[in-house]
Amino acid sequence: MADNKTAHDAPLLEVSNLRVAFPTRTGMAEAVRGVSFSLGREKLGIVGESGSGKSMTGRSILRLVPPPGRVSADRLAFNGEDLLAASPRRLREIRGRRIAMVMQDPKYSLNPVMTVGRQIAEAYRVHSKAGAAEAKRRALEMLAAVRIRDPERVYDRYPHEVSGGMGQRIMIAMMLIPDPDLLIADEPTSALDVTVQMQVLAILDDLCSQRGMGMIFVSHDLNLVASFCDRILIMYAGRVVESCRASELHAAQHPYTRGLLASLPRIDEPPGDLPVLSRDPVWLTAGREA
Amino acid sequence: MMIDIRDLQVRFGRGVDAVTAVDGVTLSVREGESFGLVGESGSGKSTVLRAVSGLNDEWTGRIAVAGAEQGPVRQTGFYKLCQMVFQDPYGSLHPRHTVDRILAEPIAIHGLGDADARIDRVLRDVGLGPAFRFRYPHQLSGGQRQRVAIARALVLEPRVLLLDEPTSALDVSVQAEILNLLRRLRAEHGLTLVLVTHNLAVVANLCDRLAVMNRGRLVEEMSVEELRRGAARQPYTLQLLRASQGYDRATAESFRDYA
Amino acid sequence: MTARTDTPSAPRPAGWRDWLTTDTPQSRAQARLGRAWAGWTAFRRNRLAVAGLLIVLALVIVAALAPVLAPHHPYAQDLNNRLMPPSAAHWLGTDAFGRDILSRLIHGARLTLMIVALVAATAPLAGLVIGTAAGYFGGWVDTVLMRITDIALAFPKLILALAFVAALGPGIENAVIAIAITSWPPYARIARAETLTVRRADFISAARLQGASSLRIILGHIMPLCIASLIVRTTLDMAGVILTAAGLGFLGLGAQPPLPEWGAMIASGRQYVLEQWWVAAMPGLAIFIVSLGFNLLGDGLRDVLDPKGD
Repeated sequence: MADNKTAHDAPLLEVSNLRVAFPTRTGMAEAVRGVSFSLGREKLGIVGESGSGKSMTGRSILRLVPPPGRVSADRLAFNGEDLLAASPRRLREIRGRRIAMVMQDPKYSLNPVMTVGRQIAEAYRVHSKAGAAEAKRRALEMLAAVRIRDPERVYDRYPHEVSGGMGQRIMIAMMLIPDPDLLIADEPTSALDVTVQMQVLAILDDLCSQRGMGMIFVSHDLNLVASFCDRILIMYAGRVVESCRASELHAAQHPYTRGLLASLPRIDEPPGDLPVLSRDPVWLTAGREA
Repeated sequence: MMIDIRDLQVRFGRGVDAVTAVDGVTLSVREGESFGLVGESGSGKSTVLRAVSGLNDEWTGRIAVAGAEQGPVRQTGFYKLCQMVFQDPYGSLHPRHTVDRILAEPIAIHGLGDADARIDRVLRDVGLGPAFRFRYPHQLSGGQRQRVAIARALVLEPRVLLLDEPTSALDVSVQAEILNLLRRLRAEHGLTLVLVTHNLAVVANLCDRLAVMNRGRLVEEMSVEELRRGAARQPYTLQLLRASQGYDRATAESFRDYA
Repeated sequence: MTARTDTPSAPRPAGWRDWLTTDTPQSRAQARLGRAWAGWTAFRRNRLAVAGLLIVLALVIVAALAPVLAPHHPYAQDLNNRLMPPSAAHWLGTDAFGRDILSRLIHGARLTLMIVALVAATAPLAGLVIGTAAGYFGGWVDTVLMRITDIALAFPKLILALAFVAALGPGIENAVIAIAITSWPPYARIARAETLTVRRADFISAARLQGASSLRIILGHIMPLCIASLIVRTTLDMAGVILTAAGLGFLGLGAQPPLPEWGAMIASGRQYVLEQWWVAAMPGLAIFIVSLGFNLLGDGLRDVLDPKGD
């Protein structure tokens, strides 16, 4: 495989033995316990239940773990650059410009007293040093790219004047306008209705394939991740218990993954008791490299 | 008929700002039936439920429960007949009350007496057992909290249980446990269930019949059998069904707004 | 068979600490005590708050044991020993009538504590009732109650207290009434704000769906959630209450001579403040220490009781 390896195939992100720990009264509690994976220009899904450490994994890449949490790793490299050794100044440059993050609720991420258009334009100017007119033009283009029908009108609205679905599209526009190489999306569509969710995912899908962007998609929704991503990591209690191609999720081996899949109700199955997941303590220790 | 709703209208606000949240909904639920009310946010499905429960008193039309016509303000006896479980188990339990106090409250309000035995019985009923009786909500997991909320609804031995997205705040493995619990309780107590949800798979698992709502109106009623076969008649319902099948680039392109 | 014990290795009889911190309390009392214990463990970590608590406790003990602790009678005059500086016989010196200042301070602690207790028992309670009713019912009830509160807030506190005392006549009881009447509005505001944040919560809806009356919901469900921030605010306000009472005493509108009220004591030491500084400085120091104690305690309680920090 080494012969056709090009810069395009080199891993965008390398993570090895990532750990996130929080001090508690009884000692350190680890939310992420030795996660390793590498990411190319693909859509990687991280799935798990609440408390599995999936969100912390996503946040720790940008070193956005709330204090007093501590991030450590044998290697955490973006395009070959060590993120753990990066200065706060360098990290700020990488955040937003090279790696962008979209969170679940746009309400908390948008400035309530600034029109959404200006926020997108500002996000562009911070990283590009472009003029005001140029920034506005780019912002309007970006609003159109996330399929907002009337960009001129939406540009002058305040965050509280837009719906949840539109707010999430605006967030995505703002995050993607500096043309990042990697997007970390933490439950970006969980607060949205299914149809809107599909439309937002279609936008992300297109932007990924058109710009060759890598994406980490953190979600609790197995079916959604299986149908949207290329590859999946399944996390349990801070570890990756299984990784597989998204199309092969139904053939998952790990009892936890199989248990999760079985516990999902299905439209095409007759009503009846769902198999309940019984957790094996062995899962806590038997991790797996991805 | 256990629940009979005729031409229900709910408006919020006055004058030009008035919003019609529910616009002429008519439906009925038979005794012992499990009925699903499905829709996206803003469809009015929860508003219908809140009007039936007595939480919302700004409605017009007709609501009858167990044959008795209901006015906007309910008699105390109504609450022994009809109880509700909320979506967010973190918000529906008083943070400073123990499980014991939470369950004792309805018993005290209705002067039922024999509180100890009732609380013990209902805790066992929802699969928690006496060990949980004196805990505070913050000492419980999300699934355990939802079980306490269900126990609180059951302690008055109602005949109707209104469920407002009871599993959408829970992990899938916990959702399965709660759905199984609700199915068992329904069988054991002969409950009539009304389940409001956006999740068609949950309806397929727990309900006999369902109604689909969009923008305050009832789009269509169908049996779960028909849902399973994908035999919906209305394009809006078909779109919802497609959206529930997971992500598909081409499907996403085909979506449109239905007013 | 080798000798083996018949008892399985069951967990050792749990100590009282385990009993308090268990996740599965067996009774209402254990659950409540466990919660109190958790609060105390959090409180204990704040050194300054513990210092505040000790000061307040010391005030209570001194007040309770005043006749035992005081070396002299607070009213016993000794005109041969007027305005004596601190010495072995009179640790904090004597005043213009030769009375022992330490003894007067110790007895004055009773008056201070009484003022604090009476104000703490009335003003926050009135504010709690008014605020929760306004917040829960909303509409015209809210409008009427909050306009009354606004009007009461618009008066300068000390001036209003002065007016009340002037109308009712000077004296410590009237001073307490005047302080209580002027200090309830902020509590009503706080209670209303807290009520507004919880009144749409699902657990209040759930209580309504059980058929609970408005009175029951306010008393049993809303008030317990407002009390924490009111306790904090009350504790922090106590320093101000002590100072207001002292101020009224200083102006001659509070406690009347020969009562050993600290403010009145400062007033009587005023004319000697340059030569015999201890006459005014000692009660001033007492007011300072007790006020500081309440402030530290209030800060500590805020960390424990106010859930907003979480």
